[in-house]
Amino acid sequence: METIISIKPLLAVLVTLFVVPVLISSSSKPNVRESWIFIAGIIKLVLILSMLPAVLAGKQIVLTLFEFVPGASIAFRVDGLGMLFAIVAASLYIVTSLYSIGYMRGLKEHGQTRFVSFFALAISATIGAAFSANLLTLYLFYEILSLATYPLVTHHQDEKSKISGRRYLTFILGTSIGLVLPAMIYCYHVTGTLEFSTAGIFTGELSKPEATVLLLMFVFGFAKAGIMPFHSWLPAAMVAPTPVSALLHAVAVVKVGVFSIVRVMTGVFGVDLLTTYNLGIMVMIIASVTILLGSCIAMSQDELKRRLAYSTISQLSYIVFGVALLTPQGLLGGVIHIVMHAFGKITLFFCAGAIYVTTHKKYISQMSGLGRKMPFTFAAFFIGALGVIGLPPTGGFYSKWNLILGTLEAQQTIFMLVLLVSSFLNAFYFLPIVYKGFFGKSEDQEENPPEKIKEANLCLIIPLMLTAVISIILFFYPTIFINLIKVGLGI
Amino acid sequence: MDNYPALIVVAPFIAALFAGLFVWIDERLSYPIALAGLAVSLFSGIQVMIQVIASGPIQYKLAGWAPPIGIEYRIDLLNAMVLILVAGVAFLNLIASYRSVQQEISDRTGSYFTVYNLFVTGLLGVSITGDLFNLYVLIEITSLTSYAQIALGDKDRGPLASLNYVFIGVIGASFYLLGVGYLYMYTGSLNMADVAVLIKGSEGSSTVLTAFILCILGIWIKMALFPMHVWLPNAYTYSPTAFSRVVAPLMTKVMVYVMIRLMVTVFGYDYIFNTLHLSDAVVWLATLAVLAGGVMALAQKNLKKMLTYIIVCEIGYMVGGAWMGNQLGMTGAILHILNDALMTFALFLAVGNMVYRIEKVDITDLKGLFGKMPWTMGGFVLAALSIIGVPPTCGFFSKWYLILGAMEKGAYHFVAALVISSLICAVLFFKVFEICFFESGSPDHENSHGPVAIEDAPVSMIIISGLVSLSLVVTGFYSGTIVNTIILPFLK
Repeated sequence: METIISIKPLLAVLVTLFVVPVLISSSSKPNVRESWIFIAGIIKLVLILSMLPAVLAGKQIVLTLFEFVPGASIAFRVDGLGMLFAIVAASLYIVTSLYSIGYMRGLKEHGQTRFVSFFALAISATIGAAFSANLLTLYLFYEILSLATYPLVTHHQDEKSKISGRRYLTFILGTSIGLVLPAMIYCYHVTGTLEFSTAGIFTGELSKPEATVLLLMFVFGFAKAGIMPFHSWLPAAMVAPTPVSALLHAVAVVKVGVFSIVRVMTGVFGVDLLTTYNLGIMVMIIASVTILLGSCIAMSQDELKRRLAYSTISQLSYIVFGVALLTPQGLLGGVIHIVMHAFGKITLFFCAGAIYVTTHKKYISQMSGLGRKMPFTFAAFFIGALGVIGLPPTGGFYSKWNLILGTLEAQQTIFMLVLLVSSFLNAFYFLPIVYKGFFGKSEDQEENPPEKIKEANLCLIIPLMLTAVISIILFFYPTIFINLIKVGLGI
Repeated sequence: MDNYPALIVVAPFIAALFAGLFVWIDERLSYPIALAGLAVSLFSGIQVMIQVIASGPIQYKLAGWAPPIGIEYRIDLLNAMVLILVAGVAFLNLIASYRSVQQEISDRTGSYFTVYNLFVTGLLGVSITGDLFNLYVLIEITSLTSYAQIALGDKDRGPLASLNYVFIGVIGASFYLLGVGYLYMYTGSLNMADVAVLIKGSEGSSTVLTAFILCILGIWIKMALFPMHVWLPNAYTYSPTAFSRVVAPLMTKVMVYVMIRLMVTVFGYDYIFNTLHLSDAVVWLATLAVLAGGVMALAQKNLKKMLTYIIVCEIGYMVGGAWMGNQLGMTGAILHILNDALMTFALFLAVGNMVYRIEKVDITDLKGLFGKMPWTMGGFVLAALSIIGVPPTCGFFSKWYLILGAMEKGAYHFVAALVISSLICAVLFFKVFEICFFESGSPDHENSHGPVAIEDAPVSMIIISGLVSLSLVVTGFYSGTIVNTIILPFLK
């Protein structure tokens, strides 16, 4: 495979890191500070997109920085998979930055400079994880991301966020140090390399029990993917301001977890080894449990953000599930769900935040009739929900379609049932919110009948409409992402 | 210049004498003299390192007397590294010490700087010498000067902690001296290289065995390997800030160096691992040390004391790595000498800054510190992450080698201990961060999260602590280079 050596991946990672001192120094001038965020975000996206043609042409862009033992260095390699994830994260970062202006100023939050600085750091780490050439680099950015998001999760600095922060770190840091680190070093011990390759790094050194234990350590160790039983940090993290929940806990952080699992399964073990040892089925069972339980628990949540969180837990496992099918359709369906779910779920979170800023309501039971006041928000919510359920005309349909085809291809018809049941459950916990929003009885009777439209401010509405529209566009034009996956996984 | 090796030790020694002299003339001059001595020493250390990398180990005959009768300085890559480390840490700490010494021991600054330089001279001597008896003398110089400095610390607990250290320290030194005696009895020589040649082929000799056990035990006591660690926490906690900042990173690490020197140069791998088969037992002991250090650290309420127990834990890392009996473990141990010294230095510098401003560092006293001392806390966080072992800080990379070494030997209990201790350290430090971050420092609760007035330590202290904390990341990035140019060539 042709490789190009270029400093661009490094720059794409660093640009939002370098902007942090600027942000801190302009903390007394919020408008200047926010413009810097957009400048950095746009430069980042442009840098990433400038590498797109080469990647689509089947080339890889590489850069090795520090080699500290042979086969384990700090190195970047941009391939189709990383590119796909980077585009999603970087573009949504810009949208979220606009959204967080509306949100943070709307609520007059304290510590906004700290907030945007750690946000920028987190997005740097996310892109770094996307472009990692080997497991060590991936682990490095994974850890940086865990730590950079801690002050964001605990932003309110009260007792509740302290407890949530504790849970957040216990699960995420505990599993990455306790499970991933030893598993990674063991891989290096056995093979002497950690470089991702589609053929896998093992050449017959692993017995089946060893491979099973290692794979389990990775699947559970990357707890950001929210595989049960290491999922409960995600609902806890919902104490964070909504922009954090939207970008980090629907896209960046959780997808880094899933992305890491995908990388390990396709780049470290390799599809062939997993097929030989028949390990896909084990991961599928684990993922199926999370899919179904996550959906069931989501139904019982009254707080909107918590319902979304459990929905995310369930949806993340779709991705793991798809990859564990180990067939071309399954891989495609799983990985493309990274994109489709991102746009759908971020829309939902944006809506939840917009509702909270405008009406200070966070419980679903209070939202009856609210759709008549906030029609744009609820329309976007509806589209986002369709995307997550997987119905046309949204991109989510495309991933569900491929996942179901994947189960047929792998002749795992029983697992098709899991997907169908879960889709049904998704519809069951999302659509009533929309229905009640538009047609339900409003709580405050005195404002009824003359109901005026009282929408959220523009900084909130524009982002959520934008992501909703993109969800629809992705239904018609998913080609570019499909090509990236095909190039990345060689399928 | 050929006399750089001598200059490393002689410069701080002469500076100490003059600094002492100037106490009666003009006490203010003691400080620059001491500083100049260490600067010369650091410079010479770097020169020596360049020479050693270019043209191999240096042998330097002190006063022209040829070994085995005269004392020989023998510098290879390992002690060149340790020398730079000692001189560098001591030099940087002295810069940061100016203000804290003024604050804590204002009536005896001149004498303090004198003793400080003597202490550093001792450490440098221990690292440079190629003579077993000379090593004993220098260890005693280091120990005596540290007894003195510890006693200068906390008015109530300092002298007692020092006395405790004296008792145990003397026992350790006696063990070592006795061991050297046995070796002399058997070989008639005190020169390390000479002894190594003379004891070759005498694997069955009980004299050599006794000598070995006594020497190693003595050094273990001096380095505070669990369960011989009891003197360390109090001694380091109640000493003056300026001194705990230098003794915590250096003293134990230099003793680890001595242990490795005895193992590699004097007794030899073959004797230790193939004749005595001690590896398994010692790795188990190290495992216990790692776990015990971590657990005891959990119980501490005082930040400084918590850090001292982390040192006990880290000693376990290095002993375990060195006794793993393979190249990876030894690489990890040597790399960790460097990394742990820097990490501990960074932590104690940050704590020193805190002490300067808030005096008491019980963990509950640290409320609102992120707002009040942002620079200090930045350095502290970076150092803490390194102790936890988060890449790209250097602590991660030495842990990497140690775990790899343990895996190669199949010592999975040691792997587990390292992982558990990382987790314990995460708990320890995030407990501290929580208090600094969530609890408000201002008594006014209404405005608890409003802008807090920044009141960080003096610039000289912040710059040093910031620099050292950043060096953790730089060292992490270049750990590949360090291993390839210093450690692996040394082990070959």
